Amino acid sequence: MSGDHEDASISRRVRRLETLLEEKGVVTGGAVDEVLDAFLAGASPANGARVVARAWTDEAYRERLLTDGTAAVRELGFMDGSFQRLRVVENTDATHNVIVCTLCSCYPLALLGPSPGWYKSEAYRSRVVREPRSVLAEFGLRLPTSTDITVWDSSAETRYMVLPRRPEGTESLTEDELAALVTRNALIGTAAV
Amino acid sequence: MTDRFPPGTRVRTFPHDPPHHTRLPRYARGKSGVVVEPEGRAEVADVSAQGRGDAPVEQVYAVRFAARDLWGEGDHHVVLDLWESYLEACEEERDDER
Repeated sequence: MSGDHEDASISRRVRRLETLLEEKGVVTGGAVDEVLDAFLAGASPANGARVVARAWTDEAYRERLLTDGTAAVRELGFMDGSFQRLRVVENTDATHNVIVCTLCSCYPLALLGPSPGWYKSEAYRSRVVREPRSVLAEFGLRLPTSTDITVWDSSAETRYMVLPRRPEGTESLTEDELAALVTRNALIGTAAV
Repeated sequence: MTDRFPPGTRVRTFPHDPPHHTRLPRYARGKSGVVVEPEGRAEVADVSAQGRGDAPVEQVYAVRFAARDLWGEGDHHVVLDLWESYLEACEEERDDER
């Protein structure tokens, strides 16, 4: 039994728990919302894009990022205090990476922002591990058959982010301009930059 | 502590379908793959998800599977994070294809 998430029933349970915690004075009304709001306010794909732009412009940083993603993103002030490990996987001519969580919807929220609805859909989760080339084509990303595709199914405590390939003709762009090119889908691996 | 499965070890996942939560997805049960790297030690989610406080802590490994070993077809690879107790060393010869 790997992951039956009945959203409605879970939501009801969470709401009931919150109510009980408030009634018993464990948390004050709205405290949970405040914590969530503060967390989500800092969670954005702009963070992942900054990490990517730094890796594109600083070779030593790129190496640190691929060796120890957690430490490298903390250098830029992200995922501080998170217990999760981050592994950054690099796209090259030979290999394209794409991330999924087939069991639920695990995802590095702090770097990618709230996950898109399709990331949590059963269709994406079940199909991308089986036929990634077709799924990516449906996203508009057609890869040559010579490109090996690796699908990273985050089923434990590691979270994954894709380091996309730097597009050609961007040599003159600044780090900020490069960051602006990087989309959330590129960080998941369902788009190129 | 030495990891039981160093990178490059061919392993096979257990085929069991436990009556509780597990992080070994059904599509990867009883399949063979190759250890990419150890990811660090973590409480076994199968036990902690049962609300028990005695979950053992084990090494988690990133394990790379060829699509054809999972689905019988396909030219891609899938990497999964798997707790040590989901795995056993595979007697088959090592994979040269990586």
